[in-house]
Amino acid sequence: MVATAAPTEARIWQLLEEVSDPEVPVLSILDLGIVRGVAVDGEQITVTITPTYSGCPAMNTIATDIRLRLLAEGYTNLTIKNQLSPAWTTDWMSQAGREKLEAYGIAPPVDGTATGHMLNLFGKDTAVRCPICKSEHTHLVSQFGSTACKAHYQCDECLEPFDYFKCHA
Amino acid sequence: MLTQDFTNATATSATEPSLLFPFVLQLADTSLILAHRLSEWCGHGPILEQDLAMANIALDLLGEARSYYQYAAELEGKGRTEDDLAYLRSAVEYRNPLLVEQPNGDFAHTVVRQFLFDNYHYHLLKGLKDGPDTHLAGIAEKSFKEAAYHLKWSSEWIIRLGDGTAESRQRLDKAIAALWRFAGELTTPTPAETALQDIGVVPDYAALLPAMQTYAAQVLAEATVPEPTAVFAQQGGKTGRHSEHLGYLLSELQYMQRTYPGMTW
Repeated sequence: MVATAAPTEARIWQLLEEVSDPEVPVLSILDLGIVRGVAVDGEQITVTITPTYSGCPAMNTIATDIRLRLLAEGYTNLTIKNQLSPAWTTDWMSQAGREKLEAYGIAPPVDGTATGHMLNLFGKDTAVRCPICKSEHTHLVSQFGSTACKAHYQCDECLEPFDYFKCHA
Repeated sequence: MLTQDFTNATATSATEPSLLFPFVLQLADTSLILAHRLSEWCGHGPILEQDLAMANIALDLLGEARSYYQYAAELEGKGRTEDDLAYLRSAVEYRNPLLVEQPNGDFAHTVVRQFLFDNYHYHLLKGLKDGPDTHLAGIAEKSFKEAAYHLKWSSEWIIRLGDGTAESRQRLDKAIAALWRFAGELTTPTPAETALQDIGVVPDYAALLPAMQTYAAQVLAEATVPEPTAVFAQQGGKTGRHSEHLGYLLSELQYMQRTYPGMTW
């Protein structure tokens, strides 16, 4: 264990940037917008996180990864709090995060298109740009994709199927 | 039992815990049992995309159920955990309405069960998320966004099956005839629910009904299916009088904890 100076909030935020999302490893948990707060009181550190979706199975892994990252710096007095309200929204995803997602092959959320809310049955699908060939000529295959936060799309130009990170406002 | 590496932020509640406990437990049981039913489809769905859709909805409901169970355990204050509540209660102690324990049947049965539940769930959460109990409102706010996706999914399938082929229509008709009778229980308050409605913690179901009925009528019209009228409301689950199906479901759901008590992973 390395002997470490007293923790500061800035230092903790810096370390959290290095913790990645277990489902989408190119994103840090800060890119994703799930860290809601860091509080430091002497040696005691409190990190507050919020789930993207209620049943997100990654939450426990994320909490453990945060603990391990801070432990590696010698920070042992850590409490991780899970907070449901205000509910997570894709608005909290950083611009850098959106660019990393697209480069990784997942179309980033298109703001203002939380279709689930409008209940427009068989309504026009959100125009989502193909992350591979960048065509906007794509169609929705299923609202439910490989993880709770993604929908399944297919590109009509390059024909590649791809994941779309659902807008959740 | 899954060991958890974080604690839940506590919210404030001005409501008498003993009054709130049975209601939160009922919501937890309802979401858990339906999640389990949907998870039975995993690997058996009619096509891959719909197999995934049902597993996704199951996961959302399971997450919601966990939040309710954690809150219920806190309200009860007797040292029981979320896992004790889910895994170590018998069928007569479960408080879910009869609808959600009904077997999957064919895909049409699953879709009709889901549609009846989603229409209620969506409108209930819409009311709960603005309620005075901030803990319950926080869970509802989160789940409401997800419930909207579920309702869209089940509504579109009601329309596809109803306005599809002769085969799909016949299956949908059978499912409606078998399951519509379980809808009434969802919005018939138990004494515990009435007590909470009187103090404004739970939305008045009579006030939710018009929006639910209008929505169901629109979807059925689009599906070209006549709306069932004067359906007898089969009740019991919310007061612990369940159908035979629940015992079998729980024996599978609780198998590991009953066989290896206290097992963790």
